[in-house]
Amino acid sequence: MKRNGIGALSSRVARAACVLALLLPVLAFASDRVPKPVIDIDKPGKCVEDTATMRREHPDLLRHQRDLTMHEGVRTRKYSLKQCVACHASTRTGSVLGEKGFCQSCHTYASVSIDCFRCHSSRPKPSSGAKP
Amino acid sequence: MSADRNEGFSRRGFLAISAATLGGVMLAPGIRLIEIARARAPDQPVSGKVRWGLLIDTNKCAPGCDDCVKACATENGLKDTGHPRTDAQWIRKVELKDMRTGRNNSVPVMCQHCEHPPCVDVCPTGASFKRADGIVLVDRHICIGCRYCIMACPYKARTIVFENITDQNPDVPRGSGCAESCTLCVHRVDRDQQPACVEACTRAGHNAMIFGDLNDPHSEIAQRVAKYASTQIRADLKLNPGVRYQGL
Ligand code: SF4
Ligand code: SF4
Repeated sequence: MKRNGIGALSSRVARAACVLALLLPVLAFASDRVPKPVIDIDKPGKCVEDTATMRREHPDLLRHQRDLTMHEGVRTRKYSLKQCVACHASTRTGSVLGEKGFCQSCHTYASVSIDCFRCHSSRPKPSSGAKP
Repeated sequence: MSADRNEGFSRRGFLAISAATLGGVMLAPGIRLIEIARARAPDQPVSGKVRWGLLIDTNKCAPGCDDCVKACATENGLKDTGHPRTDAQWIRKVELKDMRTGRNNSVPVMCQHCEHPPCVDVCPTGASFKRADGIVLVDRHICIGCRYCIMACPYKARTIVFENITDQNPDVPRGSGCAESCTLCVHRVDRDQQPACVEACTRAGHNAMIFGDLNDPHSEIAQRVAKYASTQIRADLKLNPGVRYQGL
């Protein structure tokens, strides 16, 4: 009887620990102790795909489009880096780079280097709406 | 409904017929009916049926004029970095003098968009490539900056970018460490515009350059090369450049 009690108690503790362990990253992220990227998002809402897909797959989408455009002259706007910049450039700085820039803020946070803008313009063409 | 469709059909048919018969008729400077009729949709890949080319009439090219060079620099964001010996040059004006007759020739020379490009043959990465429609480009995503193509090009058309570049034209991505040369303004050609140099030369009234599809018998360029003598620079190399010259 006593042994049973201890067993039940320890399994309850173990279960609680498990749940806590699972919750911990979420709790940590939800708390203010862990810094999160601060992103200037001027146009919240739907991108060319839903947010989860864009977060996970934007490099592949861009890479696929880049080869089509470069080698076959396909110039559709969906998935084009130029179009990303045209939409996501901050109205404050006019760029997707910078501390709170749409691209750079997250990439700095995740410590992923971003080479695109060594060649590509981080600003839209002046005529495309956003500020220079 | 069916009347609508018929009307649509016949209007399209009319456009095609008028394009075929009127050929090079100008609607506005730089826009020809034939080009409107054959515009490629943005999701269509380029086709090997097209061979883009340039015809440069050296009799009309004014000595000392660099309108094309300036237009190229503006369009493609080629800036003076204070190092003229290594700055990128996509077009150069070459002055020639025939010592026997004393005749002066002034010719713009850019990437000749060879049919058999040595720059593509030597590239170890596949970065240097020829598009199906004959435009020779560097895929900067792949280029490692080895400069083999610069050495291999008989026309000295390629340069490498030494300095970091900022404020690029969004249509023309460029960066340090990559080889580059004239792209025939591929970003403009893909939206049915003329290369910037041709547009500038025409706008200034020199009319020394024509751009078009060498494979299309109705295009102005194909009709001109069929009618008048034109030469390719170093034709003996048998690279079949897409850039041809008149009066050399
Ligand atoms: S001119 Fe030079 S760079 Fe241009 S295609 Fe020919 S070999 Fe290549
Ligand atoms: S410099 Fe770039 S494009 Fe030229 S041969 Fe080397 S890898 Fe190829």
